[in-house]
Amino acid sequence: MLERNPYIGGATVSRELHSGWTYSNCSYVCSLLRPEIARDLELPRHGLQVVPYGGGVTFKQDGDHFGNYYDHERQYREMARHSVRDANAYERYTADVMKQTRLIRPFLLRRPPDPTSLKWRDLRDLAEFAGAFTAMGEEGLADTLKFWTKSVGDYLCEYFESDVIKAHLAGSGIIGTALGVFSPGTAYVLLHHYMGDVDGNVGSWGFARGGMGAVAGALARSFQSFGGEIICDADVDQIIVNNGRTRGVALKNGTEYRADIVVSNLDPKRTFLDVMDAADLPADVVHRAENFKIRGSSGKLNIALDGLPTFTGLDKRSPLMLGDMHFSDSLERLERAYDDWKDGTWSQDPYLDMLIPSQADPTMAPPGKHMMTVFVQYAPPRIRGREWTDEDKAGFEKSVLDQIARYSPDFKDLILHCETRTPRELEAEVGLTEGNIFQGELTFDQLLFNRPFPGYAQYRGPVKGMYLCGSGTHPGGGVMAAPGANAAREILRDLRLPDIVPGGYADD
Amino acid sequence: MNSTSDDTMLLTTPFHSRVSRACELNAWGSWKGYTTPKAYTDVELEYFAIRSTTGVFDLTPMNKYRITGPDAGPFLNRLVTRNVDKLGIGRVGYTVWCDDAGQVMDDGTIFHLGENDYRLCAYARATDWLFWSALGFDVNIEDETAAVAALAVQGPTSCAALTAMGLEGLADLKPFGLAEYDFEGETLMVSRTGFTGDLGYELWITPRLAETLWDRLFEAGAPYLIKPFGSDALEIARIEAGFLQAGVDFVPAEEAVRNGRTRSPFELGLDWLVDLDKPLFNGRQALLREREQGSRYRFVLLDVDGNKPAHNSFIMKGRRKVGTVTSAAWCPTAKSNVAFAQVELPHGAVGEELVAEIYYQRELHWTRVLAPCRVIEAPVFNPPRRRATPALPF
Ligand SMILES: Cc1cc2nc3c(=O)[nH]c(=O)nc-3n(C[C@H](O)[C@H](O)[C@H](O)COP(=O)(O)OP(=O)(O)OC[C@H]3O[C@@H](n4cnc5c(N)ncnc54)[C@H](O)[C@@H]3O)c2cc1C
Repeated sequence: MLERNPYIGGATVSRELHSGWTYSNCSYVCSLLRPEIARDLELPRHGLQVVPYGGGVTFKQDGDHFGNYYDHERQYREMARHSVRDANAYERYTADVMKQTRLIRPFLLRRPPDPTSLKWRDLRDLAEFAGAFTAMGEEGLADTLKFWTKSVGDYLCEYFESDVIKAHLAGSGIIGTALGVFSPGTAYVLLHHYMGDVDGNVGSWGFARGGMGAVAGALARSFQSFGGEIICDADVDQIIVNNGRTRGVALKNGTEYRADIVVSNLDPKRTFLDVMDAADLPADVVHRAENFKIRGSSGKLNIALDGLPTFTGLDKRSPLMLGDMHFSDSLERLERAYDDWKDGTWSQDPYLDMLIPSQADPTMAPPGKHMMTVFVQYAPPRIRGREWTDEDKAGFEKSVLDQIARYSPDFKDLILHCETRTPRELEAEVGLTEGNIFQGELTFDQLLFNRPFPGYAQYRGPVKGMYLCGSGTHPGGGVMAAPGANAAREILRDLRLPDIVPGGYADD
Repeated sequence: MNSTSDDTMLLTTPFHSRVSRACELNAWGSWKGYTTPKAYTDVELEYFAIRSTTGVFDLTPMNKYRITGPDAGPFLNRLVTRNVDKLGIGRVGYTVWCDDAGQVMDDGTIFHLGENDYRLCAYARATDWLFWSALGFDVNIEDETAAVAALAVQGPTSCAALTAMGLEGLADLKPFGLAEYDFEGETLMVSRTGFTGDLGYELWITPRLAETLWDRLFEAGAPYLIKPFGSDALEIARIEAGFLQAGVDFVPAEEAVRNGRTRSPFELGLDWLVDLDKPLFNGRQALLREREQGSRYRFVLLDVDGNKPAHNSFIMKGRRKVGTVTSAAWCPTAKSNVAFAQVELPHGAVGEELVAEIYYQRELHWTRVLAPCRVIEAPVFNPPRRRATPALPF
């Protein structure tokens, strides 16, 4: 395993940048990680513990807030405070979303079938796929198509009337996506955030104890326990191809490693346009890689706090403090935040997904102190066509800190250290092209057998012995371990070795 | 003890004012006639307090017997299967005790508090049996269940939280060790014991100071993310740690009505608690006989495929039913699906592949799965911090 940075983890990393504080520098919450893989690779024994958290809150400009309590009856009461009808409609909404997650979850740990293939395995998988769809019934199927193509804004308007409730729920439809709440395709992104589970509770999220780096750390220790070797500071320059098959990789420092099989965890653009030679690839692959949609849309602030901040109208002991906090109280504000992205700049009134994990995880900050993670949308990969400057970064940071401070009077005084990452840093430090957090946008044209592109969705690259295993493949981004497991299954198959990759647990 | 018979249905513990304030779900149960919370806010979050921060459990209703007098040691040695002579002052021992037929009556802990001074904690009420067994011994037996308030404080930050409360040097207390501290002029006894399989302590104090203890503990524990937990969360933790629950994983011998439904310590995998070298203890003859002639059952830990807990499942070998599950849970920290089962010998050797017949329901539709499972040697959760002395940093 070759890693460019001096530390492993990529976008699944914990780092101590301020003494005594641990940051989840990129990804910050865990739900998509497949329990089958965690169990099979004995990740708990290797130090991984995922602790669920629940609920969330959206602060309103008028001083009120909407609290999304994890206890359903309490949540009903709170929703009813904003709209009785919405509170009741939420039950219909939950069931409808569940229908969609139920459809999709069995395919997470499966290779997407190739619809153009006449191979028995593809036909069988396609039939199964089609079977799951037809089992939804006519109305269910219509809903499914709607879900996969609609905007999250339109979708939510079919259920809810309250602005703040719609805004609260819409956030997961745009996270990591260079689209607005009214852009078609964002309803699926919402689904992508609901399809995980923590201990079988579908849609639940949790914190990895010790930050998200605990996931990478446990995977690394498991890998090493089976004899795997990890080499850091190993910047791959080139995948060596000879006579139409891979022969190994060459590092920037000149070191070469011979290998019959090379598996790339880089996003499709980096893989095909950066570490592979165009001459070694079919022209259509180069072309598709160039057109692969991987637009950066997000940034991140990680903040060390001297104490727990006070939020207007919220008791510090409220369970809402433990969940995701947002400050965008209408779909309109969310859409305007996207307008800024289209204008080529960061949002003046950004959408934040903010958490204080140190309230649940004692390892993130010294006792009584706190660590805050702030996911920020939107931030474009370039500022009006040019590179980000340090002044831009400061301006981006200020827009975020100012927004939080509007709802928390003592927040700014508590800041001890702040790590700010724009798409520029995400690209430079993590290697995510344009800073796109999912290694490619999660729109229907880039999902399933289209991820990363038609004909290459089954983890095999265009060159013999070369495979893809990152978030740029099915089922997409997130700390999930599913693309890697699916790729491993295909590699074992090509090696004519037994399939030891676990299948998915059934929900039913 | 109340003296009239038309008192309230359930008693409350000396922590009740605090417990009831924290019990937002009002999910109450009865534990030996005391109002106790099944869950305070959310079972999973409470479970994770035990495994990631600090969880607090009111264990006051646990039956507690004080055994004193010149024959206290010999009496207990006659009563239980373990060798109590080896239990030094300031130490706690887990043990079982049997009837004359060598069948387990209960499991519990013996605290060696001082010279000729012991406390026996038991799941079942034991006064009658203790008095029967005391014939010919110069001992004093006292039920002090209501006279001692007790809290379990469990989890990786528990030592830090208790140290912050003023229990200096607690980190050096060994597992199953006892320490005494002054608390508001009274003795606060602390044992490094618990039912969670994690780093953890139990606090024992006079009921008069129960509320003060709770308040001080939660104040000092706040930065260590302390949280109360109820019996539902405890149930997951103890299964993950491989601990038997009397009344669930075995029928206390005295309560069993049907022939053959009781179990010997060997049949519960508790061989290590039986000291057959001891010349005399209850059930010894029968246990010696069982050693020679063989047991009927074997207690096994099963790692079950899939994520459906094998509640009440039959355990199959091929087409034949060879056992039943007594406890089962999806274990959230170990991320495994664990079941305790009683299987007929010779089945149940470590590594044996069996099948659990699991039934579960989704929206009125029942499904049956035949989940392969393996007999595993050790509990799935057993972290170094449970035993390490000094207590490890979290
Ligand atoms: C800011 C942010 C927030 C996120 N939040 C969440 C979240 O809360 N929950 C969630 O589930 N997901 C989240 N995600 C998405 C998730 O983190 C990613 O989808 C996931 O980590 C991708 O894993 P991966 O293994 O596919 O690739 P990556 O994590 O992208 O790993 C690629 C690795 O390749 C290395 N590399 C790149 N180029 C080279 C080279 N030439 N030679 C050698 N090594 C190289 C990189 O250094 C990196 O370590 C977030 C992502 C970001 C960026």
